[in-house]
Amino acid sequence: MFRNVAELIEIAESEGILLSEVMIRQEMDYREQTREEVMSQMERNLEIMENAVEDGLKGVTSRSGLTGGDAVLLQTYLKEKEPLSGTLLLDAVSKAVATNEVNAAMGTICATPTAGSAGCVPGTLFAVKNKLNPTREQMVRYLFTSGAFGFVVANNASISGAAGGCQAEVGSAAAMAAAAIVEMAGGTPQQSAEAFAITLKNMLGLVCDPVAGLVEVPCVKRNAAGASNAIVSADMALAGVTSRIPCDEVIGAMYRIGRTMPTTLRETGEGGLAATPTGRALASKIYGIPLEKE
Amino acid sequence: MKYKSVFDIIGPVMIGPSSSHTAGAARIGRAARNLFGKEPTWAEIHLYGSFAKTYRGHGTDVAIVGGLLDFDTDDTRIKDALDLAKDKGLKVSFYEEDAATEHPNTARIKMGDGKDEQELVGISIGGGKVEITELNGFELKLSGNHPAILVLHSDRYGAIASITQILAKHEINIGRMEVSRKDVGKEAMMVIEVDQNVDDSIMEELEKREHILQIAKIVD
Repeated sequence: MFRNVAELIEIAESEGILLSEVMIRQEMDYREQTREEVMSQMERNLEIMENAVEDGLKGVTSRSGLTGGDAVLLQTYLKEKEPLSGTLLLDAVSKAVATNEVNAAMGTICATPTAGSAGCVPGTLFAVKNKLNPTREQMVRYLFTSGAFGFVVANNASISGAAGGCQAEVGSAAAMAAAAIVEMAGGTPQQSAEAFAITLKNMLGLVCDPVAGLVEVPCVKRNAAGASNAIVSADMALAGVTSRIPCDEVIGAMYRIGRTMPTTLRETGEGGLAATPTGRALASKIYGIPLEKE
Repeated sequence: MKYKSVFDIIGPVMIGPSSSHTAGAARIGRAARNLFGKEPTWAEIHLYGSFAKTYRGHGTDVAIVGGLLDFDTDDTRIKDALDLAKDKGLKVSFYEEDAATEHPNTARIKMGDGKDEQELVGISIGGGKVEITELNGFELKLSGNHPAILVLHSDRYGAIASITQILAKHEINIGRMEVSRKDVGKEAMMVIEVDQNVDDSIMEELEKREHILQIAKIVD
């Protein structure tokens, strides 16, 4: 069982296999299941993700009314205009937003690694898919590669906003996606690790400050940022750019930053954007309780 | 390592909006239901830390009650769990606690059906994963990764052996085991994580042994 990214890369390189293959074999060992069983369970998760994106692109609204409909706006813009950031990038953003809008509306999603950060991995996957034309198996492998990195983060740091802030959720999700994009694009295992490190470095310190405590504002748009960050970092790694700080040390830094983050900024809905005048007014309106004095 | 499967990371499939506050909460509720072994008629749910601050927004309340009604994390009935509980005659009340707990997402569930009562503490550690840390005053560490049986027994010699002998006879392998007691010679608790689900017939066999007071199981 690999305990960190260095060991994950070492296994892939010494055996000459993909990172996704390392994760698949480990899962088969752990569950005592056949390759078909493990692959088909992941395939089911892939289908859930496809359905969530599809639902979100049709347009949904959350119960609070805080989020919904932005994925539709983005898709319409994509069809009618030439986006400044490029078609692939904005397509990924729209699909990440679609997933999180469905999540906020209490729809069915697959947590990757959490519900609040569920947009980054599928959003990038279904956008990159149109460029790289992967097989169905390669799409399933994308999820195993993401999962391998998430596995390391979860065991060495945290994937919980309440424990480590948004950097632990959307930061991890975006970095997982970056590593998977690199493998799908034909990069080396080490390049996947570089892409992961670059993405997570750029998400360090991100606080979890949901307005009214809801997984909506700013979570939905943070997934948009996470998806774009992942694609740009993957391109950087594929170009040969490396991270001066090794992947495992970046994960360690993320963990320590999370430990020192005040609780008001760790999913309590008490600090940051949640504590702004508008954030507080929205909370009081949603719950029908008078605005508390500071 | 706390996370052992890739499906802890890419998964669970769940009803939104939060893996820790909705899916994890549903799993704590369902573990409580499994351990109680029947549908309760009342439940007092105490929420701590981030659970207490944000439960209404995350649907933590509906998710725990959904779990108490035996719904899985991807069961769309979770949304309507409070109404469904009312229909079924399950009376629930919520308490927002200020006390600091070791983990930010902690719930204490007291429940009963007029005949039996149970008190349990669960924590949601991220990505939908949970641990049960206390049951009826006994500290324990139950991950829910594997099927498990919980045995309340008198603190006497031979009690543990009598249980493990039966499991061995039925070729059930023990993955992890923990024994704790409140006081010497009083009640004690065995937590046994096993590799296979334990059939009801074996459960009955276990329950009949001397010194065994109560037995419950958590299915994988």
